[in-house]
Amino acid sequence: MDEVKTGEVFHDDPLHSLKQFTAARIAIGRTGASIPLGQSLAFKLAHAHARDAVYSELDIDMLSSNLKQFELPVLLLHSKAAYREQYLQRPDLGRELDNNSVDLLKDHCHDKTDVAIIVADGLSATAVNHNTLSLLKILIPQLQSSGLQVSPLCLVKQGRVAIADHIGMCLKAKLSIILIGERPGLSAADSMGAYITYEPKVGLTDESRNCISNIRPHGLTFKAASKKIFYLVQEAFRFKFSGVGLKDNAGHLDS
Amino acid sequence: MSYHHTIGRKTYRFSDLKTLLAKASPHRSGDILAGVAAESYEDRVAAQIALADVPLKTFLNEAIIAYEHDEITRLIIDNHDAIAFNLINSLTVGEFRDWLLKDETDTVTLQKIALGITPEMAAAVSKLMRNQDLIAVAKKCEVVTRFRNTIGLKGHFSTRLQPNHPTDDPKGIAASMIDGLLYGSGDAVVGINPATDSPAEVNTLLMLMDTLRQQFDIPTQSCVLCHVTTTLELIRQGAPVDLCFQSIGGTEKSNSSFGINLALLDEAYEATQSLNRGTVGNNVMYFETGQGSELSANAHHGVDQQTCEVRGYAVARRYNPLLVNTVVGFIGPEYLYDGKQIIRAALEDHFCGKLLGLPMGVDICYTNHAEADQDDMDNLLTLLGVAGCNFIMGVPGSDDIMLNYQSTSFHDALYIRNVLGLRPAPEFEHWLIKQGITDNSGMLMTQTTPHLLNEIKGLWMK
Repeated sequence: MDEVKTGEVFHDDPLHSLKQFTAARIAIGRTGASIPLGQSLAFKLAHAHARDAVYSELDIDMLSSNLKQFELPVLLLHSKAAYREQYLQRPDLGRELDNNSVDLLKDHCHDKTDVAIIVADGLSATAVNHNTLSLLKILIPQLQSSGLQVSPLCLVKQGRVAIADHIGMCLKAKLSIILIGERPGLSAADSMGAYITYEPKVGLTDESRNCISNIRPHGLTFKAASKKIFYLVQEAFRFKFSGVGLKDNAGHLDS
Repeated sequence: MSYHHTIGRKTYRFSDLKTLLAKASPHRSGDILAGVAAESYEDRVAAQIALADVPLKTFLNEAIIAYEHDEITRLIIDNHDAIAFNLINSLTVGEFRDWLLKDETDTVTLQKIALGITPEMAAAVSKLMRNQDLIAVAKKCEVVTRFRNTIGLKGHFSTRLQPNHPTDDPKGIAASMIDGLLYGSGDAVVGINPATDSPAEVNTLLMLMDTLRQQFDIPTQSCVLCHVTTTLELIRQGAPVDLCFQSIGGTEKSNSSFGINLALLDEAYEATQSLNRGTVGNNVMYFETGQGSELSANAHHGVDQQTCEVRGYAVARRYNPLLVNTVVGFIGPEYLYDGKQIIRAALEDHFCGKLLGLPMGVDICYTNHAEADQDDMDNLLTLLGVAGCNFIMGVPGSDDIMLNYQSTSFHDALYIRNVLGLRPAPEFEHWLIKQGITDNSGMLMTQTTPHLLNEIKGLWMK
């Protein structure tokens, strides 16, 4: 074999022109039967971002300080999942509040309220750290100006979606909105989801909720997400339920 | 009936067969989540020692989910082949393990007894086997199925080309499909997970795949992995349905959560068979399974997730499927926490499926919240290649942009074929050579541009 020269080690892919039709990793070339190093490292980097996001933590200092502008009490809560490895293996524990959190909520529950807003790390605290403030800056004034009373803001560590049921019930809220980090993908590690539940109570399942997914600057924008959430909240109060029966027909409002 | 084993001064008691099976199961997060796992290392081994002494016959007399309450139990008991069972009738679970590993227990013998083995027997014996044992016995099994090509022959290794797209965009799907074909992928099936289950959208995708297949005379089959009721509707409308897909589980309740039962599957099987679209055979069903689905539907009845999984194979076996695929790492770390658990589960599923006579493939995969990475998948791929797995997935660059998880790439399939000397399905291999995609040794052609590509470039301009 002749001396190998730089730039000769892998084949360019003849299908390069097909890349315009899909974000899938097509036409990535090959060296022998294997994926060329550049592609291999790009994949590794995307996975590294996703893994770091799974193990990221809520930035409580930053979030509490940022949330002060809404002039609402901010409560720091924790699920029964004590640490991340347990959280990943015991989704049941991530759905329940620990005892200290229940006590704290009792102290703050005076009267009925309309909307409980909960922010939980879920599977990507990074998503929540990055996106919460921008969304709430649009959403909270929208809710308040429509006459809805917003209860204390709750920050939850090691929380799953259904922990909003427990919190909403403790706060006697008519509706809960939980903002939570979604499972990171290779294309985005900072996607935030919002779940809306009317009359939250322990034991509800996913069919009782409405979900808005992929909230991030390069996904569903904050303005669009806030609009969808506000629409669903209004519809939930109008029909007095949420979930599969409540359709997201927000698009019709524009027409 | 209760079971027990004494170690030193401590006697471990297991109240019934399902408890014994659960405690004997190798450690995994899903069984802990379900509260059925062994409580200590010693507890687990005590259960395995006790399980080794249980006669295989016991599984025919003691149902782990009541016969009256579960149609899968009824299917298992009512369809048991007593004649096939005769050869192993007198063995205990432990003796069965040793017998399976004997040199004299060859491919033909294993094929003869397959219908005599119940899912619970297979699950039980797998719990006494190391990974090496699972590989050694699976390698002896050979399950061959046919539609437009022949899948599962020894020395051959197939792939499902999985050209998914987040919005089912036909051009996006076609781009991934062409990429895959030019890497030699797609002999098991070209199978799309649709973003929506609407009959019209599914029909568009079926037409797309069928047109490409016919235009280039590709000896393979296509499938859109929609719900069985959607497929039935499409068959009535005359859509080009090659294979009927469905996710299945191992309990009646878990199948209800999928919106199916045996009567519905019977109907779908007959309808798909009646189309007679196969050319070399008429295995028309494609099933997917995966440990943990019963627990996630709260339909496990206190049975461990591996035993539940194998019970699902009784459902598959009823329909002579072309392909059965265990999607092993998709479900998440609350069921299979890390690479070690995923690898073990995949080897168990492959072994148990093969022992029962099923054409097992494995979606070698993981999600980003599991403690696993590409290295774990490389290990599993190599182990399954050695074990004689029928097929794996082929996803562009391992990254499924629709389902958001990582599976095996087109390149991965080339790697395993190269290092183990495995070949695609014979009819498909012949086509790859004819198209100038691979040479006679199975290597991708480097210099010449395949005819297919030239023609497709023309197609693309239209």
